[in-house]
Amino acid sequence: MTVQGWIQILVFFAVLTALTPLLGAYMHRVFRGDAILGSVLGPVERGFYRLLRVDPRQEQDWKGYARSALIFSLGSWLLLYAILRLQGSLPFNPAGFGGAPADVTFNTSSSFVANTNWQYYAGETTMSNFSQMAGLAVQNFLSAAVGIAVVIAVIRGFSARSLKTLGNFWSDLTRATLYVLLPLAFVIALFFVSQGLAQSLSPAQAFTSLEGVKGVITLGPVASQEAIKLLGTNGGGFFNVNSAMPFENASGLTNAVSMLAILIVPAALTATFGRMVGNRRQGWMIYGAMFAFFAVAVAIVYAAESHGSPAQQLAGIHGGNMEGKETRFGIGSSSLFAVVTTVASCGAVNAAMESLTGIGGAIPMANMMTGEVIFGGVGSGLYGMLMFVILAVFIAGLMVGRTPEYLGKKIGAREIKLTMIGTLAVPLFVLIATAAAIASRYGLKSIYNGGPQGFSETLYAYTSQANNNGSAFAGYTGFIQPNAPGNAGSFGITFADLLGGGAMLVGRFLPLVVVLAIGGALAGRKVAPAGPGTMRTDTPTFGGLTVGTILLVALLTFVPALLLGPVVQGLTDRMF
Amino acid sequence: MTALSGPASSAQQPAQGGMPRGHDGSGRPTRSLLEPAILRTALLDSLRKLDPRAMIRNPVMFVVEIGALLTTVVWLVQALGGSISGAGSDPAWYTLTVSVWLWLTVIFGNFAEAIAEGRGRAQAATLRAMRSETTARLRDGGTKNAGELMPGDVVVVLAGEAIPGDGTVVKGIASVDESAITGESAPVIREAGGDRSAVTGGTRVLSDEIHVEITQKPGESFLDRMIALVEGASRRKTPNEIALGILLAGLSLIFLVVVVTLRPFADYAGTATSLATLISLLVALIPTTIGALLSAIGIAGMDRLVRRNVLALSGRAVEASGDVDVLLLDKTGTITLGNRQASEFVPMPGVSERELAEAAQLASLADETPEGRSIVVLAKEKLGIRARELGEHEAEFVPFTAQTRMSGVDLDGVRLRKGAGDAIERWIAAEGGTTPPQLRAELDRIARDGGTPLAVARDNQALGVVHLQDVVKEGMRERFDHLRAMGIRTVMVTGDNPLTAAKIAQEAGVDDFLAEATPEAKLALIREHQEGGRMVAMTGDGTNDAPALAQADVGVAMNTGTQAAREAGNMVDLDSNPTKLIEIVEVGKQLLITRGALTTFSIANDVAKYFAILPAIFASTYALAGSTTGPLDQLNVMNLGTPRSAIISAIVFNALVIPLLVPLALRGVKFRPVGATQLLRRNLLVYGLGGLIAPFAGIKLVDLVVHNLLGA
Repeated sequence: MTVQGWIQILVFFAVLTALTPLLGAYMHRVFRGDAILGSVLGPVERGFYRLLRVDPRQEQDWKGYARSALIFSLGSWLLLYAILRLQGSLPFNPAGFGGAPADVTFNTSSSFVANTNWQYYAGETTMSNFSQMAGLAVQNFLSAAVGIAVVIAVIRGFSARSLKTLGNFWSDLTRATLYVLLPLAFVIALFFVSQGLAQSLSPAQAFTSLEGVKGVITLGPVASQEAIKLLGTNGGGFFNVNSAMPFENASGLTNAVSMLAILIVPAALTATFGRMVGNRRQGWMIYGAMFAFFAVAVAIVYAAESHGSPAQQLAGIHGGNMEGKETRFGIGSSSLFAVVTTVASCGAVNAAMESLTGIGGAIPMANMMTGEVIFGGVGSGLYGMLMFVILAVFIAGLMVGRTPEYLGKKIGAREIKLTMIGTLAVPLFVLIATAAAIASRYGLKSIYNGGPQGFSETLYAYTSQANNNGSAFAGYTGFIQPNAPGNAGSFGITFADLLGGGAMLVGRFLPLVVVLAIGGALAGRKVAPAGPGTMRTDTPTFGGLTVGTILLVALLTFVPALLLGPVVQGLTDRMF
Repeated sequence: MTALSGPASSAQQPAQGGMPRGHDGSGRPTRSLLEPAILRTALLDSLRKLDPRAMIRNPVMFVVEIGALLTTVVWLVQALGGSISGAGSDPAWYTLTVSVWLWLTVIFGNFAEAIAEGRGRAQAATLRAMRSETTARLRDGGTKNAGELMPGDVVVVLAGEAIPGDGTVVKGIASVDESAITGESAPVIREAGGDRSAVTGGTRVLSDEIHVEITQKPGESFLDRMIALVEGASRRKTPNEIALGILLAGLSLIFLVVVVTLRPFADYAGTATSLATLISLLVALIPTTIGALLSAIGIAGMDRLVRRNVLALSGRAVEASGDVDVLLLDKTGTITLGNRQASEFVPMPGVSERELAEAAQLASLADETPEGRSIVVLAKEKLGIRARELGEHEAEFVPFTAQTRMSGVDLDGVRLRKGAGDAIERWIAAEGGTTPPQLRAELDRIARDGGTPLAVARDNQALGVVHLQDVVKEGMRERFDHLRAMGIRTVMVTGDNPLTAAKIAQEAGVDDFLAEATPEAKLALIREHQEGGRMVAMTGDGTNDAPALAQADVGVAMNTGTQAAREAGNMVDLDSNPTKLIEIVEVGKQLLITRGALTTFSIANDVAKYFAILPAIFASTYALAGSTTGPLDQLNVMNLGTPRSAIISAIVFNALVIPLLVPLALRGVKFRPVGATQLLRRNLLVYGLGGLIAPFAGIKLVDLVVHNLLGA
C-alpha cells in the first residue's frame, strides 16, 4: 500500500460523500414534480405522457405499480431479444455480425433488462453498433430508470401517512430517465469524449504496429454508452475488457470519474430517501451503514492486493499482485475500482477480477452476496437495504420492549414475511444454482480453472448474475466464439446461459415485486409519533445494528461457500 | 365523580396503597422454578411433546427432531454393521453421540415449554378445585345445576353459599369472600345497582342474601377462562410472536439450503461429508435457542401477569401493553388517595377556630367516611380537641342523603350541620339566618386551590369552612417520571373543574389532564390519541367506563367493577389497583425484550459455531501431499481437539444453552426505564456481543471435556 494510493482512495470517499446530498436533493425535487430542468424538459415530459396515453396524476397502488413495471420490463425484454437476434438484417452493422444463438441471447436480454449486464459475449466480436445503441444502451437507461422509479415508490410507502397509493410508474419512469439519467449521462459522455474515449460510427480501423504486426481497432459509440453503463450501474462494456481498455477508460481522471459515476446515483438516493421521509438523518444513517461496508472492503482488498497471494510470495514475487491489472491504474485504483463495481451492482471492471488474490477476490463476492445493498444498483440497492433495515428493526427492535416500528410504522407479520422472501430468495437461488452447476457435467463445462478457483468462478458467476452485478471471474463462460469472420461457428453453453438468465430475472424482479408489496403494506399504516420509548433509527447505534444484521443474516449464508473458494486460496501457497 | 361527593358514600373500598403488593403477596402460594412436583411433570411432558404432530407447530425444533430421527436411523444401521449410501462412514459412537444430543436439544426445548406450562397448571388446579358442582336455587322456584345456568337466570344466594356463576347482583347487598380468585382475604361488598354489582362464580357469600342474574354461558365463566389462560390452553400466538416465527422459519430454511448445498460443494473439493456431521451443522446454525424458548417466554409472560393478579384475556393485549404511549389514569384512587383529608379550619368573622373545629368534630363523630374521620383527627391534632363520647348526651345523628347533601348531629337542642357550600347556604336561609359574604369567598378560594370546601353551620349561623384536600399518593411523582423515561405520557382523568384538576395534575407530576371528564369526553380523548397513531391504556370500573375500556388498546377493568366493565376491557385486575397498569406495561415490554434478546443471542451464536464446525469438516481439504491438514485447518481458532470433538462440542453447547437460558426466559430480561436508544445499546452489547463471544468460550470448554477428558 502506498500513501499515494490511500490519498486517491480518501479523496474519492470525500468527493462521493460531498456529492451525495446535492444530487439527493435534486432527485427529491424531480420526483416531487418541480425539477430544476422542468422548464426546459417539461414539454418533453408531457409529450411522453400523451404518447403513452397516461395521466401522471393517476396514482397506482402497489399492485398496479408492480404490474406496470413488469409489463414494461417484459416489453423491453421482447424488443431487446428481437433486436439482438435480428441484428444481421438491421442497419449499423459494419462488421456484418449475425445474431448470437438463442440461449446466449436469452441470457443477454435478461441481463440488460435486469440491470445486470452480465456478458457471456464479447462486445466487439458480437454486437453491431445498432444492437449496442438501440438495444443495449437503451436498456442501460430504462432498466436503471425502473430501479429508481420503484425505489421512489417504495419510499413513498414508507413516508406516506395512511395512503393506499405509491405514485404513478410511468411518470416516475419518465422523470428518472429525463431529469436524472439523461442529463447526467450527457455531461459525463461529453467529458469522456474530451478525454479521448472513442465516439464514432466508423468500422474498425486496420493498423500496423511498429513491430509490423497487423491488427484492427474496433471503434464505435463508446463514450455515450460508457456514461450510462456506469451511471446506471449497468456495467456492460462496449469492449470485452471493459474499463481496462483505453478507448473505454482513457486515463486516471476518467477512471476516477467512472467510479464516481457508478456510485453517485445509489449514494444520492439515500439522501433523497432522507428528504422524502422528512428526516435527513435517516438518509445519512443508511449512507453510513453502506459506507462502513464499502470503506472496510476497500481497505481489505487494497491490503490483500498489495500483499500478493501466498503462491506469489512463494514464487518470490513481491510488491503486490499485478496479475490482470492495468499498469496505467496500478494496485490502488484497481482495488478501489473492484470494490466500487461490486458494492454497486455495476460490474464494470478495470482489472481482471479472476486474477485477484484469494482474499482480494472474496471481498467482491461478499459485496455482492449482501444482496447488492452496499449502495447497490440504482434504486435496487436502496430498496434492498431498506429490507435489511426492516429486518434489523425487527430483530433488535424487540429489545427496546415495543412492537418494532420503522419511521413510525409498525412492522407486522406480513412485512416480515415479505422481507424474508425479499432478502433470502436470492441467496437461496445463488446457493442452489451454484450447487447445480458444480455438481453437474453441464455446469462443469463452463469452468476454466480447476480446484478452488473453478469453484470460485462458478460461485462468482451465479452470485453476480442473481444479484444483478454483471462482473465476472471471466474464466467462466457460456458462449464459445471462434475467431471467425461474422462470428461463424459460435455456440452457447445452454445450461450456463439459461440458468444464469433465470438467475438474473429472479434476482431482479422477485425482490422488486416484494419490496413494492412492503411499500404498499406500509403506505396504509398509521404513523406513530416518535417518543423517548421509540427506537431511533437515525443513530450510529442503529447503523451498527444494520451492518450487523447484514453480516449475520446475509453473509453467514455464504461462509461455507466462500471458504471453499477464495478463502482456501488465500490460505495456501498451492497452485491450482 | 363529581367535585363534591357525599361524605357518607356507602361501602368504600379500603384504600389501596400507592404501591402494589408484591406479587407474592397474593393468597395463592408462590411456586419456585425448581419445585420437584413441577419438574417431574415437566420431564414427562417434554417426552410427550416429542409427538411430531405437536412439534410441527414449532418449525425450528421440528427440523431438529427430524435430524435426530435421521441420525438415529443411521446409527442403528451402523450398529448393526450396515451402511447407508450417502450417510458417510462415521464410527457408530460418533453418530450415537450426535443423535443423543440432538434428541436432548429437542427435549430441552420441550422441557422449557413444559415448565412454563406446569406453573400455570398448578394454579389452574387450585382454581378448578373451587369450581365445585353446586346446585343453584332459582328465584322463580326450582333448582338448576350450576353448570346448566343460562344467561338471564336469576338465582338466590344465601350467606355461606357459593355463587353458582358469573353475574350481576340485581337485589340485595352482601359481603363476599373473593379470596379464591383474588388471593385477598378481606371480604368485599357486592350490592345491586352501582359499580360494585358484579360477582364471580366460585366466590362465597359471607352475609346476607343476594339475587344474582347470570350473565355467562355455561363453560365460559370467568373461572373457566382463568383456568384456560393459566394453563395456556387458550394461548394464541400474538402478532409479534407470529412475525418472529416467520423470521425463524425463514432462517431455518436458508440454513437448510446452506447445508444441503454444502454436500456438492464439498464433493467438488474432494471432501466427504457425513450425514451426522451435516445435520449437526444444520442444527447448530438454525436458531434453536430462541426456537426452543419462544413459547416458554410467552407462557411465562402471562404467568407473570397472573402472579401480579392480573388476568389478560388475550396475549395480544399483553403485547400491546408494551407499546402503550398514553396512560389514562383516574384521579381518585389512583393518583390521589381515594378520599379527601381535612387540612384546615377557616372560621367566619366572630367565630374562633376552636369553636369551628369543635362543631365540625361533633358533626363528624357519626360520619364513618374517611373524610369525616379526617375532620375528627385534624381537630385533635391541631387544637387538641379530643373526640368525646356522646353517650350521656341526647344526640341524634342526621345522616347524609343525596337530597340534603349534608349531615350532622342534633345535640341537646343545638343543630350542627356540615355539607356542600350551597346546601349549607340554603339551610341557613331556611332557618332564617344570613350567610356572611366571607363564606362564599372562602368556598371559592378553596375550590380554586384544588380542595373541596365543607361549610359548617350551627343552627342558623355559618361557623366556617373545613378545607378538604386531595392527597396525592406518595411516590406517584417518581412513578410518573419512571413512565416518562419509558416513553409513556400520563393523562389524569377527573371530574373536577379545570382549576382543581390543574393543581392536582401539577402536584402529582402527570403530563396532562382531562377535567370535568364525562364518559364521552374520555372516549373522544382515546380516539384522538389513537388517530395520532398512539396506543392508549386505561383503567376503569364503572359501566360508564365500558365504551372507553373497549376503545382503549389496553383496557384494564377492576375486578370490583361492573360486569359490563369487565367484559369491555381486555384485562382484569383482581386487586382492583389502578396503578397496576404500570406493572402491566413493564411485563409487556419484558416479554418483547426477552424475545428480541434471545433471538439476537441465537443468531450471533452462529459465528462461533461456524468456526467450530467448518474447519472440522474441511480440516484436510486441499491438503498438500503427505500432510493431513489443509489450509482451512488454520481457521480452527479455538484449537479444538479433533474434527469430531469439535462438532460434538458445538452441538452439546447448542443443546446445553437451552436449559441454561430457561430461567432467563421464564423470569424475563430485566426492563430498565431508560431511553430506547440506551436500552438498545445495552441489550445489543449483552446479547449481541455476548452472543458472539460466549459460544467461543462455551464450545472450547465443552471440547476440553469431550476431547481431553473423554478422548473423543
